[in-house]
Amino acid sequence: MQKHSFYTRLAIHAVLIILAVPFTMPLIWMISTSLKTKEQIFPNEVVTSISGFLAEWRPSPVRWANYAEGLRYVPFPLYLRNTLMLCAFNVTGAVLSSALVAYAFAKLQWRGRKLIFSIVIATMILPGQVTMIPTFALYRWLGWYGTYLPMIVPAFLGNAFFIFLLRQFFMTIPDDLCDAARIDGCSEWGIFWRMMLPLAKPALATCALFQFLGTWNDFNGPLIYLNDQNKYTLAYGLQQFLGSYGSEWALLMAATTVFTIPIIILFFLAQRTFIQGIATTGSKG
Amino acid sequence: MARRQNLTGWLFASPVVIGLLVFTGYPFLASLYLSFCEYDIFNPPTWVGLNNYRILFTRDPLFWTSLKNVLYYTVFAVPMGITFGVALAMLLDAKIKGISVYRTIFFLPSIVPVVATSVLWLWLLNPRIGLVNTLLRLTGVAGPTWLGDPAWSKPSLIFMGVWGVGGSMIIYLAGLKDIPVTLYEAALVDGASTWQRIRHVTLPMITPVIFFNLVMGLIGSFQYFTQAFIMTGGGPLDSTLFYALHLFYQAFMYLKMGYASAMAWVLFVIVVAVTAVVFKTQGRWVHYGR
Repeated sequence: MQKHSFYTRLAIHAVLIILAVPFTMPLIWMISTSLKTKEQIFPNEVVTSISGFLAEWRPSPVRWANYAEGLRYVPFPLYLRNTLMLCAFNVTGAVLSSALVAYAFAKLQWRGRKLIFSIVIATMILPGQVTMIPTFALYRWLGWYGTYLPMIVPAFLGNAFFIFLLRQFFMTIPDDLCDAARIDGCSEWGIFWRMMLPLAKPALATCALFQFLGTWNDFNGPLIYLNDQNKYTLAYGLQQFLGSYGSEWALLMAATTVFTIPIIILFFLAQRTFIQGIATTGSKG
Repeated sequence: MARRQNLTGWLFASPVVIGLLVFTGYPFLASLYLSFCEYDIFNPPTWVGLNNYRILFTRDPLFWTSLKNVLYYTVFAVPMGITFGVALAMLLDAKIKGISVYRTIFFLPSIVPVVATSVLWLWLLNPRIGLVNTLLRLTGVAGPTWLGDPAWSKPSLIFMGVWGVGGSMIIYLAGLKDIPVTLYEAALVDGASTWQRIRHVTLPMITPVIFFNLVMGLIGSFQYFTQAFIMTGGGPLDSTLFYALHLFYQAFMYLKMGYASAMAWVLFVIVVAVTAVVFKTQGRWVHYGR
């Protein structure tokens, strides 16, 4: 686009700054609350002046103990370990299986390829509620209720969105490259494992990141399948904390902050992967 | 040779084939069967014919309530998401200093985990000491009780949804970046105003992205669940009892799994119908190709 005039630029800055206020305030308020004392959170009189309101943003005194206490209500180390364990399995499973399947769709010739691919894409619009009950009954019958298996096993069977994304990526790699390797006597597995996977690293990273987020944030899986407190994940543990101590706002905000910060750090570390991943979702679809 | 190739292909695709059979195909058909049964998970299902559907349509007022609630949410949240997302993306496409800082600011809320967002907004919307009503009080407005008021509970959730618009904003932004500069240059040569450029170049060129977000937004909106489950549990006065929430309670609280399966199939038919209608309109407003 052409360069904007000085006044246009000024106007854009003004609009963006005004809009940025409601987008940033909640997160700052979350951190501010997480450091306040009960007395400051529940004042005897509500704030009615601007100066009083501005003073509200600064916790005084700063109460770091909220973090220690909040994380005791949510047994943080235990739930973190559970969550990370699930993340590790799901990321490995989803990325590997989806890459394998995507390679079959992009580079192998086999009867039924088109049909299976259309079915995989069609499942993306299938509401989870439709399969939820028989799937639950199936897991119960298998004796998997109350274990992590219902949340891990499906990850190893490919993710429709990742398959789509990786297939797009594999299709940009010239067929000649695979053919040359085949002539050199390389097996399909060899081509996939030694050539395709290393080439697809950026796309694999995108999938790994999304799967990590998906598992970290997942609420419905633990809600339906876990019944033992010691197995809870952070997301589910936080909701349980809310359920039992709904007015301990400082402690709740401390726990919420600790639960959210890793995701925000991850965003800053992997900004490019994040943005490109989300961007390709829409423009290639 | 061809047989070998076939075998290799199916082998590589086997994870998804197994997944489709065991975790999609089988449950899909099984839930259709269960929708004609009484089933409490502990005892084998017993066939009751169309009974579940009959109760659903004639004797369960909450079915209609939950359907109305989800339609209300969809009708407001989806268009608002698209409008704000596109407008914000256009602003953030500007070539000005510090634009990447702005982009980060608008994007961050969308990656906050849904459970965290829900807990946080429950606090922000606290009627007496929440941030929102404190701000309103400064301007002399007595804010409503938000999630405690049947008239404001759904709008509260819609506002919260707009806060997470950053995810789709990034998709629109990518769409804007794909528009060839030559199109704008041509429009400039023809003497088009800023508004005309937006109306006749920018918007038509990103209609495929809008279409994608519309379809995904509609499908997601009909399944709206987690935020309501965490924040309101369906209240007050069932004003946030969304369809998926009603279904979940029937299945896992009352163990009416057959009834919930019937609800799931009604949802499936609605989602397919809505998607089909949206796809039908595609030719009229979505511009593909260069």
